[in-house]
Amino acid sequence: MRESDIHIDRVDWLVVAIYFALVIFGWFNIYAAVYDSQAPQSMFDMSINSGQQLVRIGISVVLIVLIMVADYRFFENLSLFIYIFFIALLVVTPFIGKEVNGQVLTVGVGSFRIQPGEFAKLATALALAKVMERPTFDLTKTKNQLIAFGVLLLPVALILLQPDTGTAMVYFSLLVMFYREGLPQRYYILGFGFIALTLLSLGIENNLYLVAAIAIIILILILMGKKTWQRIVVFSLIGLGMIAYSYSIDFVVSKLPDHQQNRVMVLFNPNLDPLGVGWNVTQSKIAIGSGGLLGKGYLEGTQTKFDFVPEQHTDFIFCTLGEEFGWIGSLIVIGLFVTLLVRLVIMAERQKTRFSRIYGYGVISILLFHFMINIAMTIGLFPVVGIPLPFFSYGGSSLWSFTILLFIFVKMDSSRAMQLGRLG
Amino acid sequence: MNDQRPVAIVIFIFLVGVVLLTKLFLIQVVDDSFMKKAERNAIQRVVDHPYRGLVYDRNGKLLVYNNPIFDLMLVPKEFEVGDTTRFLDIFGITKEELIEAYTAARKYSPVKPSPLIKQISTTDFARIQDYLIDYPGLFIMTRSVRSYPLPIAAHALGYIGEINARQLESDSSNYYRQGDYVGLSGMERFYENQLRGQKGVKYKMVNVRGVDKGPFKDGEYDTASVAGTNITSTIDMELQRYGEMLLNGKKGSVVAIEPKTGEILAMISAPFYDPNDLTGADFSNTYRSLNSDESKPLFNRPIMATYPPGSIFKVVQSLIGLQEGILTPETTFACNKSLVACHNHPSPVNLFGAIRNSCNPYYHQAFRQIINQEKSSNTYKDTEIGLNAWREKVLKFGLGGRLGVDMPNEKGGDVPSSKYYDRFYGEGRWKYSTIYSLSIGQGEMLVTPLQMANLAAIFANKGYYYTPHLVKAINGDPNQIPEKYQIKNEVGVDSYHFDMIQDAMAQALYGTATRAIIKDIEIAGKTGTAQNPHGEDHSVFVAFAPKSDPKIAIAVYVENAGWGGRAAASTASLMIEKYIRKEITRPELEQYVLAGNFIY
Repeated sequence: MRESDIHIDRVDWLVVAIYFALVIFGWFNIYAAVYDSQAPQSMFDMSINSGQQLVRIGISVVLIVLIMVADYRFFENLSLFIYIFFIALLVVTPFIGKEVNGQVLTVGVGSFRIQPGEFAKLATALALAKVMERPTFDLTKTKNQLIAFGVLLLPVALILLQPDTGTAMVYFSLLVMFYREGLPQRYYILGFGFIALTLLSLGIENNLYLVAAIAIIILILILMGKKTWQRIVVFSLIGLGMIAYSYSIDFVVSKLPDHQQNRVMVLFNPNLDPLGVGWNVTQSKIAIGSGGLLGKGYLEGTQTKFDFVPEQHTDFIFCTLGEEFGWIGSLIVIGLFVTLLVRLVIMAERQKTRFSRIYGYGVISILLFHFMINIAMTIGLFPVVGIPLPFFSYGGSSLWSFTILLFIFVKMDSSRAMQLGRLG
Repeated sequence: MNDQRPVAIVIFIFLVGVVLLTKLFLIQVVDDSFMKKAERNAIQRVVDHPYRGLVYDRNGKLLVYNNPIFDLMLVPKEFEVGDTTRFLDIFGITKEELIEAYTAARKYSPVKPSPLIKQISTTDFARIQDYLIDYPGLFIMTRSVRSYPLPIAAHALGYIGEINARQLESDSSNYYRQGDYVGLSGMERFYENQLRGQKGVKYKMVNVRGVDKGPFKDGEYDTASVAGTNITSTIDMELQRYGEMLLNGKKGSVVAIEPKTGEILAMISAPFYDPNDLTGADFSNTYRSLNSDESKPLFNRPIMATYPPGSIFKVVQSLIGLQEGILTPETTFACNKSLVACHNHPSPVNLFGAIRNSCNPYYHQAFRQIINQEKSSNTYKDTEIGLNAWREKVLKFGLGGRLGVDMPNEKGGDVPSSKYYDRFYGEGRWKYSTIYSLSIGQGEMLVTPLQMANLAAIFANKGYYYTPHLVKAINGDPNQIPEKYQIKNEVGVDSYHFDMIQDAMAQALYGTATRAIIKDIEIAGKTGTAQNPHGEDHSVFVAFAPKSDPKIAIAVYVENAGWGGRAAASTASLMIEKYIRKEITRPELEQYVLAGNFIY
């Protein structure tokens, strides 16, 4: 380890400050979620979540220090090994992991358990950065596209086997990074069209309306252009394909495992089953909605404290915040996330190597997705998927993997003066 | 080449922030329905039911109190049985009972409490209490039920039960809620407003499983409940108990009144039931079986059963005749059996003899003079005028209408007016020969046992009565009882007319009711027989004693027990002795009544 590797003065302190603000605010909310006014326990009590989270925060600080003193090329050099290690871990998880609720997510010894799926995100971001940093790598070329998607889809496939749909979805957030790195826009238009059609198929009760709408659009497109024989056939086939897809969606949903099917359907109608599947969303909205502008006050919330909201200290931690700190609290936390993400974009753009820029966008992609989807699901804008709010939610794997993910980039950024310009 | 793409990403990030904050603003600030839903979730309005007022007898002995009962409740999701044998040992149930209760509870709700063992006694509760800590998901719920130290006076005291839909609707004060308990009969109903107290409300916080999490805002919005007012009844517990013992197994009524005050000393309706049976969890089952019982144990005979007054009414006729100046003690009539049947006795008789011998033809002739005073030359018209004038005088004796006792569902009986006969025979188509049976208390007249006891009180008081009532004091204060029970009602007959009547009634015992005679306690009484077209006549006796300073006036009805001189007179005599002497000196008479074999 060389002395010159540590550049305290070049560390982006704004990012560090936002990180600690979120972690500490999160810790306060974890305490609020378990707080019992009848038998108040100390925030530092090891028998409750807030005490345990404090230990994890302490470990995170140690991790940060280790990352900051490490060689700036350490992660770049080891990126593919890290990727292969976690892929291997994902492969063996179903065999050596612990089963909880039909899912095998964690591996470990005794009470020390980690979720390989959480760390594999970081490994995938590193591996993609490594693969894509070559000056000749061009995402407009099919071969390079296949390589990039291969690296991305391998862990996704393995995580779907666990099965953990929520975590698998997170990997697709790296498409934001692909976008920055030049993946042609038509893929995104196609993708969004696909998603829109999927959501419409699910959301609209009667598929005949959708069929009629598709038919009209195709007809207009045919009439607007040249009326050649080939064009008419191609457009008609596209229209028929869309209709067929729309019907197949309903079929596929009906074949999904019940709990996933319900989560999808409740998004479109949370009142469908307010005590059953809709319970999470309904109660979470009640908790957040009852906070008002200024909130009920710290430790004064009733909905989260009295267990009306399930998973209140992990995936639904935002409810505690919304209930006790109101819209102002939501504004502060969302403001912190937006500031952090924008700051990270600025930092990524100032990187001198492709590797660190790509990795930076990987960090941005993953954080953005978690932030967006987690809060959206608590307020009923997205189906309930079990993904945590970065830095906020209770849990070791989640906090540590986000900390490592972020601080590897902070480290790269602080060392950028030493890097040779390798931008292609 | 990708210069605009980072900008697009930044815009997207801002867009996400704006969309989330907008949606949050809508549900947190704009839409306030979530606040109400949150309150409905976590704030429970718990009604604090006050202790219902107690009821004491006239000597301060407890008649009705509140008994705490304990239900052991089970929350299936939290319940862990541990060592089953030990559990069954502690709680004293069988394995089958446990499984059955647990299955039922689980079916009802895994997270809401269901009863595991109902109505645990105080001693069992004390024993179980210490073990509860070992069993999560088990807790004790305390309720209180009405309880009665002695199983007596069920009809007079009444019972409480869940309020019904009709009562809820007519509750203009909006005090009651579904599931509240109210007095449904007897004093419990009449004094509901005093006994019930004032409900309190507590707002407490509960978690998702309904577990108490302490008061909401430290109890800022809570109100305390106010316990109900205690009531002292006029009932003499000992006399009531003794009377019920005498009437056990029979059908009938006993009403005993303190003449000087109108206070009801005992009010017995047989067959009766143990008021303890109409409380708590068994209420509906017991009520159903009592209600379908052919002997009608729920029927409150003293105020709801009506009978013709019979011979006892002759005393009233005598008093009216005396006051009118139509009769004097010397007025004599022959016992003319062609007018109406009579038994054999010396004839002719004066008024004293007529009462003493209960002479029917005497009253047939006397009543004709009362009715037909030749106020009109038309005999039909004259009868009508006479009947209505007479009726007014009879009503003053507390007959022909409700007395206004402090119990619901009192019947008023009937004293027919001219309208009744007009409707029945046509106007101007009836005369004295149509209505003469009224002269001896038969025909269309109906009275309740309570009215008969009140008559006895009037005879004892020489011309006045206080409306019979069951309340002696409210909250220990006799002045708080309803005003109408503190007003003296005059019957419009001068008191000196009663002297001879009382003497005749005292003498009558030696002719018709020798069993009733008590050494050293002079009783004035009159037997009666209420004709019963469905079977054996009802045995009736009214009396007061001691004659010189009456302490008790009594009416006894024993259904299907024949002549008044046997069953009713014996019972009345025992009751009088019990009340005045506090002991029974004639065990053979007591045996005779208890045996109940009156027809021979």
